[in-house]
Amino acid sequence: MGTSDEKKNGVSSQDEAQGKSSRRSFLKAAVTVGAGAVAGAPAVASAMDFDIEAFFQKNFRELSDDELSALLVRLERDYTEKYDKQVDVKATGPMDGVLFGYGLDISRCTGCRECVYACMEENNQSRDPDMQWIRVLEFERDAVTRGINLEDGNPYYEHETVPAEDKVYIPISCQHCEDSPCSKVCPTGATWQEPDGIVVIDYDWCIGCRYCMAACPYGARHFNWLEPNLPAEDVNPDMHVIGNKPRKRGVVEKCTFCIQRTREGRYPACLEACPVGARKFGNLLDPDSEIRYVMKHKRTFVLKSELGTKPKFFYFYG
Amino acid sequence: MKYAKLFIHFFHFVRGSLRVVTRGDAAYFSWMALLGVIIAIGAYAYGNQMMNGLVTTNMRDQVSWGFYIGNFAFLVGIAAAAVVLVVPAYVYDWGPIRDVVLIGELLSVAAIIMCMLFVTVDVGRPEFLWHLMPIVGTPNFPHSLLTWDILVLNIYFLINWFVVTHILFMAFTGRHYNTKLVLPIIFLSIPFAIGIHTVTAFLFMSVPSRAFWHTAILAPRFIAGAFCSGPALILLIFMVLRRVGKMPISSVAIQKVGELLAYAMAANLFLVGSEAFIDFYAETQHSIHAQFQWFGIHGQASIAVFTWTALVLNILAFFIFIMPVLRTNQVILAVGCVFSFCGVFIEKGMGLLLPGLTPDALGEVYSYLPSSNEVMVGAGIWAVGALLFTLMVKVAQAITTGELREEGSSA
Repeated sequence: MGTSDEKKNGVSSQDEAQGKSSRRSFLKAAVTVGAGAVAGAPAVASAMDFDIEAFFQKNFRELSDDELSALLVRLERDYTEKYDKQVDVKATGPMDGVLFGYGLDISRCTGCRECVYACMEENNQSRDPDMQWIRVLEFERDAVTRGINLEDGNPYYEHETVPAEDKVYIPISCQHCEDSPCSKVCPTGATWQEPDGIVVIDYDWCIGCRYCMAACPYGARHFNWLEPNLPAEDVNPDMHVIGNKPRKRGVVEKCTFCIQRTREGRYPACLEACPVGARKFGNLLDPDSEIRYVMKHKRTFVLKSELGTKPKFFYFYG
Repeated sequence: MKYAKLFIHFFHFVRGSLRVVTRGDAAYFSWMALLGVIIAIGAYAYGNQMMNGLVTTNMRDQVSWGFYIGNFAFLVGIAAAAVVLVVPAYVYDWGPIRDVVLIGELLSVAAIIMCMLFVTVDVGRPEFLWHLMPIVGTPNFPHSLLTWDILVLNIYFLINWFVVTHILFMAFTGRHYNTKLVLPIIFLSIPFAIGIHTVTAFLFMSVPSRAFWHTAILAPRFIAGAFCSGPALILLIFMVLRRVGKMPISSVAIQKVGELLAYAMAANLFLVGSEAFIDFYAETQHSIHAQFQWFGIHGQASIAVFTWTALVLNILAFFIFIMPVLRTNQVILAVGCVFSFCGVFIEKGMGLLLPGLTPDALGEVYSYLPSSNEVMVGAGIWAVGALLFTLMVKVAQAITTGELREEGSSA
């Protein structure tokens, strides 16, 4: 796989030898810096179940190759132990010449929410309380003909069967804006846009101020108001460090276009789960991609275009 | 050697201050005990929040900022309002007010500490706040307005803290403060006072996703509101200090501040009216927030009750301040100050924040009111501010009245 970002290219947990040695030196450095003055601090720290290494972890974008490898090894070890199953944590980088875009056919969507549940399973969201990255709004068909006003939408619909009579459904998740207001306002630089257009969050760097949630026009960002509940049997062991890695309490999370899948050439989970084929995904820079076909032949539009966020999530009437 | 001597003087200053704050009458200790109890309750509530997460608040994804950030925005205004007193005192060299400027600056020091506490309790992971700092962290400066806000608040805090410490310390050692040093810093504090509140307003104005905040009138509204609430609080404090303290505070100064409040409230009401006009004359999709603010939507009207309460309080306060016959009566003036303070607190704490987030970005109406745990944490922070302020005023009072002086110093 080619990449524009040499640093992150193909770094995986398989770099064991290098990872282990650098991990040890990093641990040493962290202990020295963090608790140097206090004799026996590591003992105190371990007694309090406080992970110095995790606490002083740097911003993802400032990690060196060695530090990133060490991080992946540590995360794999911790998760494998915690969930009692072999977990693979990777940091697959972006591909050269790829800019991801998403298409959603409003005429086909039936509001079944299969995408919502597939997303939860794929991305290790909290169960009960449920964390959902996709919100499906139900509209009266009449209302939508006069233009989409999100205040008319109802996310809490419950029917025996869908689609309900005279209803239209619009699923909304992160629109991966080109001019993303969320990353602009983030005070710590914990969220940013990757070269392939995916807006990601460094869950270990986010302080949970929720300014991004105020700035997001699409309600795409969700906060962990309490400890996420992810039963071991529900864990998806195929993890990306800035993707579906389990989150902690007090941080913000959202859709990553299934970065752990799409950077390996696979479709997002929501697309695969959609029973009616309403979801399209592909490389906006490739003239022969599905998404480009949609943009060329269908009447596409983006939500809240007046805000100038330039979403890469296109809705269309197929 | 010079510094060693300075250090000894400063040590005496600190020791003397400690002696002053540990002595007092029954009323003083009752007041401190009351604050102590409220702080303990707040600490307990915050402990609960730390144990269980921000789920102990009533904030949710739909309304992701609430009581804490509302208080933060309001208190930035209180901190900024010290400038109202600084301007006439130093720029026009108007004597009666200069005596009380110190109180205003002490108030802004306490208010900024409260601001920082409110931000700290609001974040999900306060132990990682160092991610914001230069060198050890990666502050998203200059893009994020929050980094600007932290910067200007810290500078403003240092300015005020330095000025009051310098003036009191010099008085303690029997000398007049260094005018060449203090005046430029005080002049600097004027743009910074306006700056902290402007940047705080920009924090909200800079997000176009919330139509209610995305208006150029928000910064002027913040400033106008600050000039209503801050001086009102300062006046109330003066009235209390005149009774329980020995600080000379002239009635002329109090009347002047009262008159100033009338103009500030007039501007505040004018801006509120302008805002309401555009939303109700030509209703657009974006007017939904103003509808929520003034009348409620889908039967959720708890915020509307607050909005109207604030409006009534502010109008009453305006008439009290503008009419000399009412203003000159101490009791009525005090009532006006309470109205003005509470009116702006509701209007800015709840009225500017919540309608911005309701309905949410996807049109959902989640009617937020703070949880009891949130209110307890907030009360605890207010008590911390009141405690710090009381301690500082007690020391300032002892020094300005000459009760506390370094032994062997002149005067």
